[in-house]
Amino acid sequence: MGLSSLNHLYREVVLDHSQHPRHHGALPAATDHLELRNPTCGDVIDVQAQIKDGVITDLAFDGSGCTISQASASMMTTVLIGQPVDHARELILNFSNLITGKEIDAKMEDELEDAAVIGSVAEFPTRIKCAALAWHALDELLDKKGAAAKDD
Amino acid sequence: MDNGLNNSRKDFPILDQTVNDEPLVYLDNAATTQKPNQVLQEIMRYYQNDNANVHRGVHTLAERATTSYEAARDKVAAFINAPSRKCVVYTRSTTEGLNWVASSFGNLVVNEGDEIVISELEHHSNIVPWQQVAAKQHATLKYIPLTADGELDMVSARQLITDQTKIVSIAQAANVMGVVNQIKELAQLAHQHGAYMIADGAQAAPHMRVDVQDLDVDFYAFSGHKMLAPTGIGALYGKEDLLEKMPPAQFGGEMIDFVHHQSASWKELPWKFEAGTPNISGAIALGSAIDYLNQLGMANIEAYEQDLVDYTLPKLLEIEGLTVYGPHDPAKHTGVMAFNLDNLHPHDVATGLDMEGIAVRAGHHCAQPLMEYLDVSATARASFYFYNTKAEADRLVNAIEAVKEFFNHGTV
Repeated sequence: MGLSSLNHLYREVVLDHSQHPRHHGALPAATDHLELRNPTCGDVIDVQAQIKDGVITDLAFDGSGCTISQASASMMTTVLIGQPVDHARELILNFSNLITGKEIDAKMEDELEDAAVIGSVAEFPTRIKCAALAWHALDELLDKKGAAAKDD
Repeated sequence: MDNGLNNSRKDFPILDQTVNDEPLVYLDNAATTQKPNQVLQEIMRYYQNDNANVHRGVHTLAERATTSYEAARDKVAAFINAPSRKCVVYTRSTTEGLNWVASSFGNLVVNEGDEIVISELEHHSNIVPWQQVAAKQHATLKYIPLTADGELDMVSARQLITDQTKIVSIAQAANVMGVVNQIKELAQLAHQHGAYMIADGAQAAPHMRVDVQDLDVDFYAFSGHKMLAPTGIGALYGKEDLLEKMPPAQFGGEMIDFVHHQSASWKELPWKFEAGTPNISGAIALGSAIDYLNQLGMANIEAYEQDLVDYTLPKLLEIEGLTVYGPHDPAKHTGVMAFNLDNLHPHDVATGLDMEGIAVRAGHHCAQPLMEYLDVSATARASFYFYNTKAEADRLVNAIEAVKEFFNHGTV
């Protein structure tokens, strides 16, 4: 097998997103943000979101990490900007299923666009956490947002 | 033929396999070592012939189990040259040993305003327990800095260890920087100021001859699983008078002398620390691991590993874009070699190496304060043992080059 199998994990689109991350840096207009740490390597990701009327109008992430975590965060922003929160959560769930090797609906896979490519991380079980980090952060952020809304 | 020390590889069938279609090169020995057939067979023998609970039964199996369990303690005592078997307490791990010393002994001797001195290169298990003692007793935790080379700065150590110091706790061998610290000198310093010296022996005991009396440490903790024994067994050495003073960390069966309704008295050393049914097979297996190591000879192991380092470290240093942490002089470096490649994240590097069949660790190695000190988030780490070979070192060097090529050009 050797290094050639790395091509499954580090597809061109993955390397492109990690080398040129989209929506990386500060989001001054953010309404919410959440920082999450990958305990195995200490990488930290800060996901910032602008949420208006139940729609994710803008997203950005800050922090550094491995190729997989950076690419996955970048892909997440491109997929989820403009999505209603409810649908975003459905996509997050499907992404989570995909990277843990579960079958997902073809329509959902289409909607995940580039991020679906990172589903091949399921073949590399030690890297699933890297792929999941940004998505978990956003999921937790939306959880908190939802809980806060109920309290209001 | 280059086939591991005294052809020992034949005793480790796990090493003879392919991983991702490549022959396995196991270089994660600082995390845990593999176990030889002799140790595995001893566990089987114990369960098939002698299994019973220790220190209780009148029946023959209980007597046999107790005899083997206690015979292993004698082996551990001899292995570190402890003056008496009373000074050797079985634990679950180095972490447990250090936690017991911190919570039971540390809280006894550290008072408000006192200082606890550790270093920048410690493992979390020799940091976090002391943070707890410092917080509870309103004491201060101080860190000995490192030299540019990554060694303990002994000049600073002499300034930091003062009459305010109650505890000095340092790793004998470092799990990232690959250095051996001058424990004997630190113990002298600590004792001059009336402080106690504790050594974390997790990365030292498997690789070199340890003499706790010569080092003059007050406590010494190490794990079995980093020296051929299974996980879940370790040992804590303590000077007899200090262990007498130190209260047990756990209470219950096995450790009591007599229990009344409102109070209880403890067994004598070392059993007062061993509450509950212990890891009997683990202790016996640790004894068997020590037999195996003694047969090879700790001095031979040390010399063989040094030869591997002399061979490997210069080759790693020749790789353009590779940063190796710790001293670059092989004579000052152990078989623990931490590195980073260009701007690549160590997880990406470790996945690449895994595809080549090479097992290394990537992460913060339970040493986040050190990562902060080095200003990196994580590193990759290759760590050798006596069954590794120069041919495997070559595989590592070539694979690092290949991984570098892959990430620079996006394909192979």
